[in-house]
Amino acid sequence: MAEEVSCLKARLMEKEKEIVALKNKLALEKNSLIDLQEKVTTLPPLKLKAALSNEDIMRYSRQLILPEFGVQGQLNLSQTSVLVVGCGGLGCPLAQYLAAAGIGRVGLLDYDEVELSNLHRQVLHGEDSQGQAKAQSAAHAVRRLNSTVECIPYHLQLSPENALQLIQQYDIVADCSDNVPTRYLVNDACVLSGKPLVSASALRMEGQLTVYNYRGGPCYRCLYPKPPPPEMVTNCSDGGILGVVPGIMGCFQALEVLKIASGQGSSCGQQLLMFDAQDAKFRSIRLRSKQASCAVCGENPTVTHLVDYEKFCGSAATDKCRRLSLLSKDQRVTVQEYKSIVDNTAAHLLLDVRPLVEVDICHLPTSLNIPLSSLEDRKSEHIRVLKERIGRVKEQMSNESQVPVYVICKLGNDSQKAVQVLEKMSGSEVDFVTVKDICGGLMAWAQKIDPSFPQY
Amino acid sequence: MAAPIAIHLEFGGGAELLFGSVKEHHVTLPNQSEPWDMKQLLVWIRGNMLKERPELFVQGDTVRPGILVLINDADWELMGELEYELQDKDNVVFISTLHGG
Repeated sequence: MAEEVSCLKARLMEKEKEIVALKNKLALEKNSLIDLQEKVTTLPPLKLKAALSNEDIMRYSRQLILPEFGVQGQLNLSQTSVLVVGCGGLGCPLAQYLAAAGIGRVGLLDYDEVELSNLHRQVLHGEDSQGQAKAQSAAHAVRRLNSTVECIPYHLQLSPENALQLIQQYDIVADCSDNVPTRYLVNDACVLSGKPLVSASALRMEGQLTVYNYRGGPCYRCLYPKPPPPEMVTNCSDGGILGVVPGIMGCFQALEVLKIASGQGSSCGQQLLMFDAQDAKFRSIRLRSKQASCAVCGENPTVTHLVDYEKFCGSAATDKCRRLSLLSKDQRVTVQEYKSIVDNTAAHLLLDVRPLVEVDICHLPTSLNIPLSSLEDRKSEHIRVLKERIGRVKEQMSNESQVPVYVICKLGNDSQKAVQVLEKMSGSEVDFVTVKDICGGLMAWAQKIDPSFPQY
Repeated sequence: MAAPIAIHLEFGGGAELLFGSVKEHHVTLPNQSEPWDMKQLLVWIRGNMLKERPELFVQGDTVRPGILVLINDADWELMGELEYELQDKDNVVFISTLHGG
């Protein structure tokens, strides 16, 4: 009997231990869940830190012994909050270095979700975070790196309605966005709330960085009072970008933020840093001073509250590709219609107007490649090939009707421009042709007709 | 008579795409009765270097919005913008603003 009792007691103790372990595990899991903010809320002030703990000293020892930085610099960092607008190619390395250095609070804002084509440059996200909110994914990575940094992910689009309330709660703002309207919005919100703006951008093999609205220096609008024409703005999905280029620029942003936050100050307040990755060259340009005539930070500002930035810039606050509509319905065919033309082996010419570098990635087997720019410039060797191919199709045709030409590109924008060029050429520079564009281009072909065709 | 002057032109941030994707150009501006200024340089570039779609580079008598002009590594606003008188061996950069991230 006594033996049975002691056996039961031992089992009970074991179970109690198990319960404690499970409770601890639960608490830990709960702790690691980060509340994703879908709207802007009011944050409590950062906890005052009077001294560094022994763990802090060990963790930050290599930067603490820098005379430029020191204990005071570290304490200043821990009292600073930074809002990162955009958790992409710039925002990822920026957030990473801010967290590693021990910034007090970091707000991570992005409305988008992680996609496979982001991973080459947005290095906080991983294969397993595809489909997740970028803000959430970045917050998890930052939390893993440094759990003492307060991290607030915002899954929302910055807008004239929420920008001031959000930005007012942070000490420094970093513009890591990817479009023109957001850049003007962030600038104006920073001017109106008196926050320094550490701004970087990157495209193809180049990067630029400036600190705006800092120590009496110019703001973004002082430099660019008028937005560029929307057709002159290239995004990363159209122009391409080598991942390490925004990586370098995001790291540079982190450097300037850390210098401001620690109290050393930035020297980029009236300076444009340009990086040319192709030639491995940095260049610093002295910029104009704050402009008395500036619409937002000048002497008689006309922008005294946030406005409609998409209207001001004539473009959407996203880097997703624009959809042009230049042609009438009878000048266009769907990918399904084009598929039946191929299936019926009707004589025609398929013209792919993408740049050669994209044709190398993938193309339809029968297509002739002449880039849109060569058509626009009437490159003689290309026009000769075009004439020749039109002539060959003509020979295959039994009747005297015009040769049908179908134009394709990646998404169906350039192909429409090419149709307009070819219509001008028809009957003069080349034989009479009937030109149509294939709606949605090769990406529509991949989605609706041939799932084995690569998408990029 | 002002003597011809040789200057170095650079295009970047995508502006080079309007100039055959060539970033650096050494050009000689011919002699003329008055000294060359930036305003005349823009007219000269438009007439001599830009083949297609000049409106993507110049609008009115100045550069289009979104292009920053630098003269000898300084914002042209500090140098007098269109009125700046060009000197032999000047370095003029036209840089298109980037927006990607």
